[in-house]
Amino acid sequence: MSLKDVLKPFTAWKNLILEPVSIKKPLERQGAPRYRGFHQNDLEKCIGCGTCEEICQNAAIDMVPVDGVETKPGDSGLRPQIDYGRCCWCALCVDICTTNSLTMSNQFQWIDSDPEVFRFTPGADPKYWDNSELGYRKPELYELYNTERVKVEELHPEERDRSFIEMVKGFSKEQAMRESDRCVECGLCIATCPAHMGIPSYIKAVRNDNIEEGLRVLYETNPLPEICGRVCTHKCETVCAMQYKGDPLSIRWLKRYIADQVNSRDYQKILGTENLQKNKKKVAIIGAGPAGLSAAYYLSLMGYQVKIFEALEKAGGMTRYGIPEYRLPYDQIDKDVKYIESLGVEFQFNTKIGTDIPLEKLRKDFDAVYAATGLHLGRSTRIKGSDHEKCYQAVDLLREYTLGQEIDVQEKIVVIGGGNVAMDIGRTLARLQNQKFGKVQLIITSLESEDIMPADREEIVESREEKIRIEPGWGPKDIKIKDQTIQGLNVIKCLSVFDDEGRFNPVFDTDQKNFFEADMVVEAIGQGMDIEYMKGVVLTERHKVKVDKNFQSSEPWLFVGGDIVSGPDAISAIGNGHQAAKGIDQYLNQ
Amino acid sequence: MSDASIYRDKFPQKNPDGTNQIDLENGKFIKIWQGPNHPGITGNMSLELVIQGDEVMECKTHVGYLHRGFEKLMERRRFIQCFPICVRIAVPEPDFNEYCLSATFEELAGIEIPEAAQWMRTLLLEMARLQSFLMWIGGQAGSFGMGVIGQWSNYARDLVLDRFEEITGGRIYHMHMTPGGVRGLAPEGFEKRMEENLVEIEMIMKDIQTTMFENAVFKKRSIGLGYIDPSWVYDYGITGPNARAAGIPKDVRKDYSYLKYTELDFEVITGKDSDAYTRADLRRREIHSSIDLIRQILAKMPKSGEYMAKVPNVLHWKIPKGETYVRSECTRGEFGYYTVTDGSGYPRRINVRGPSYTHAVALMEKLAVDCNIADTAGLMVSLHTYPPEIER
Repeated sequence: MSLKDVLKPFTAWKNLILEPVSIKKPLERQGAPRYRGFHQNDLEKCIGCGTCEEICQNAAIDMVPVDGVETKPGDSGLRPQIDYGRCCWCALCVDICTTNSLTMSNQFQWIDSDPEVFRFTPGADPKYWDNSELGYRKPELYELYNTERVKVEELHPEERDRSFIEMVKGFSKEQAMRESDRCVECGLCIATCPAHMGIPSYIKAVRNDNIEEGLRVLYETNPLPEICGRVCTHKCETVCAMQYKGDPLSIRWLKRYIADQVNSRDYQKILGTENLQKNKKKVAIIGAGPAGLSAAYYLSLMGYQVKIFEALEKAGGMTRYGIPEYRLPYDQIDKDVKYIESLGVEFQFNTKIGTDIPLEKLRKDFDAVYAATGLHLGRSTRIKGSDHEKCYQAVDLLREYTLGQEIDVQEKIVVIGGGNVAMDIGRTLARLQNQKFGKVQLIITSLESEDIMPADREEIVESREEKIRIEPGWGPKDIKIKDQTIQGLNVIKCLSVFDDEGRFNPVFDTDQKNFFEADMVVEAIGQGMDIEYMKGVVLTERHKVKVDKNFQSSEPWLFVGGDIVSGPDAISAIGNGHQAAKGIDQYLNQ
Repeated sequence: MSDASIYRDKFPQKNPDGTNQIDLENGKFIKIWQGPNHPGITGNMSLELVIQGDEVMECKTHVGYLHRGFEKLMERRRFIQCFPICVRIAVPEPDFNEYCLSATFEELAGIEIPEAAQWMRTLLLEMARLQSFLMWIGGQAGSFGMGVIGQWSNYARDLVLDRFEEITGGRIYHMHMTPGGVRGLAPEGFEKRMEENLVEIEMIMKDIQTTMFENAVFKKRSIGLGYIDPSWVYDYGITGPNARAAGIPKDVRKDYSYLKYTELDFEVITGKDSDAYTRADLRRREIHSSIDLIRQILAKMPKSGEYMAKVPNVLHWKIPKGETYVRSECTRGEFGYYTVTDGSGYPRRINVRGPSYTHAVALMEKLAVDCNIADTAGLMVSLHTYPPEIER
């Protein structure tokens, strides 16, 4: 220690002549561009999936209804309310947000004497920072889950273009577990699924490798998992929260994965249906399609004696006679049907109600009747030439092919229609063309432009892979016939299909013409129903059978469901079959 | 020897183990409580002191005023939900918690984080060291009555916090290192702003050097205070600057190198005299070492690239059964997380090993004895302890 040590500290006096470093107006200080300040939420973008509520480790977030936000498919109608008494500004809610709607502003000053105001709903309660452009956003390369879908393996186009072997191979265990891991369990899919399947629960079962639990969850709402696991229209995937950052979950393939893992021998044991108690009441079901099978399953669980009358020779309905084998192999339908049969459900095939047995007889012999006869009649375009013998209905051809009848396939074919049925018949005929002629010359033409074609995207892609030409946006004008043989299809440009109110009202430009060469034309523009046998029941204005929420018709003993009431698709039919079973149970226990 | 010292030698008598014999009834002793809210305690803990005259005869430490049960809370949280909690275990330097927690999870889950994330973590840890020492130096000076140093050093610290805010979006709780990587790289122009700040901090440090370390008052009060014998280092588990000031070159960054420290050029700084002054001076040199390391990191770290490894969906992330211990060198010594997982979606046990426990409890009780009551605050700060870290 020296005198220097005593004097040196006085050098601090130099600060007297320096500028002060403190901020003069601290209230005007802005947070950094990434500052984790007060929350903002874009109510339009937000779907109310609730992952923010789920991840919040302080339980500061509650999902609450908000004025002006409606519950609709893909939107729970709820929005996050944040309690700033609990929030720790960790921003996990922003990171996990599936739509990136939740963000943080760079504002951090909010003074109020009322503590209640600090619990607020960002976006709904106006705040000065609502339009702040700076603040924490989820970093681009930072994800707390995998946004990319695990690709399901398929047969290569060259392997499948002449074969009816199932083209989708399904998930391996490792793939299924990886895919199931992506689910955020928001449950938006449950509300959208026509059968309200417990989707997050069975996906969780896959994740936990608990297949038996998965199967139990499936059968709670859907007794045809093998069928649905392959051909469901998967409306659930269209609302999946994961689609906003990447791909929606492969919900359908996960369902198939569960059903594929279990041997049908073990079904009764797993599902606890080994000793079902039967009561004395009998229910007749007309049509062994998805709706009929679904109703039969749930009715037999409730103890009813169920008998199904089917006009064709096997069960499955449209899923067997309308969907080609490369999408849904027959043995998989048999697996689902066999289990339902094992519960004591009786089948009478090749029996058409109305012709072979009158409906009245069923009324006498059974306590209730459920009719689900589907849409097996093709609809014609009724253009000139559509009555030619080489102009076919898609549903007829598909049925004939399944029944093993020979199809007189031609070298050049045009299919009219843009839905999945058009794709099914197109791809079936393309395979037959390949087998017969070694090449494909098939055009699928639809009124709709490609972006609004009702067929599944993957169907369109796969059709192209199989060398089918797709010509969207053309309206059929007439079939050109020369010397009694079809030459091709004249078409005109279709400008729009629906009017402003969303009704079917196509507008054509007759100046834009085209001609598709063909020796054979197939119409796949929709199907109709045959409900002659139900004479007397009250119909709606749109000529459908009028039913209540339990699918009970104007005749109390007659319940009606399946495609003739809703859909058309398998999962709606399964859902309303289940509901009808509950309705029948209610009716018989009144 | 003066008469006074002879008089003092009579009271108290020594026990065979060297501790003082204290009889509170005889009127020679006073028991006083320092804390739990004394600024010199640097947090909420308490020293129960028995003094005779102005000398401390006995010191008992009391903790428990700040217990929030973080370790237990984390057992009820998903893995991803732990990182907003763990930062509160050592408030002035949350980053070591973030790093250790994330690293244990990554190790147990078999995740390797990208190169850029490793560099970013190294940068954040060094910045944390720098700002924590800057705050500490103010505390050390303040506890010896030099309030102005704290004002300078906290301004310097705020400059570092500005840079933290820029990278992480937070000033105190950065929450930037999440299991799997980091939440982002440095924004455009960060290096330039950081360099400007470092230059300014070096200027401030120069002033602090003259006014604090070359100050007769500080020297008089700190030289010889709180001597830690090198032989105690292993007995007490002393780590960090407290051990290095005793001449023991212990530094986790060198001994068990982690992140990118192997690619950085730095020496383990040691001292000789092992008293409060040596420790303070050592930490001052550490500040300069940190500044140098930050410059090296900024020069070497990638400016772009992946910064987050692929993690499973964090909402149902399960980590296989296992246990691990990950350590890092924080400003106070070895800071580590011992984590046990049982294959479920939640950690089975997380135990935080903070250096404050050994330094502020066992060591303080020993060092305070025979120390002047006016120096206990300075002594406590010279050990650089954070009570929140003692009570996890």
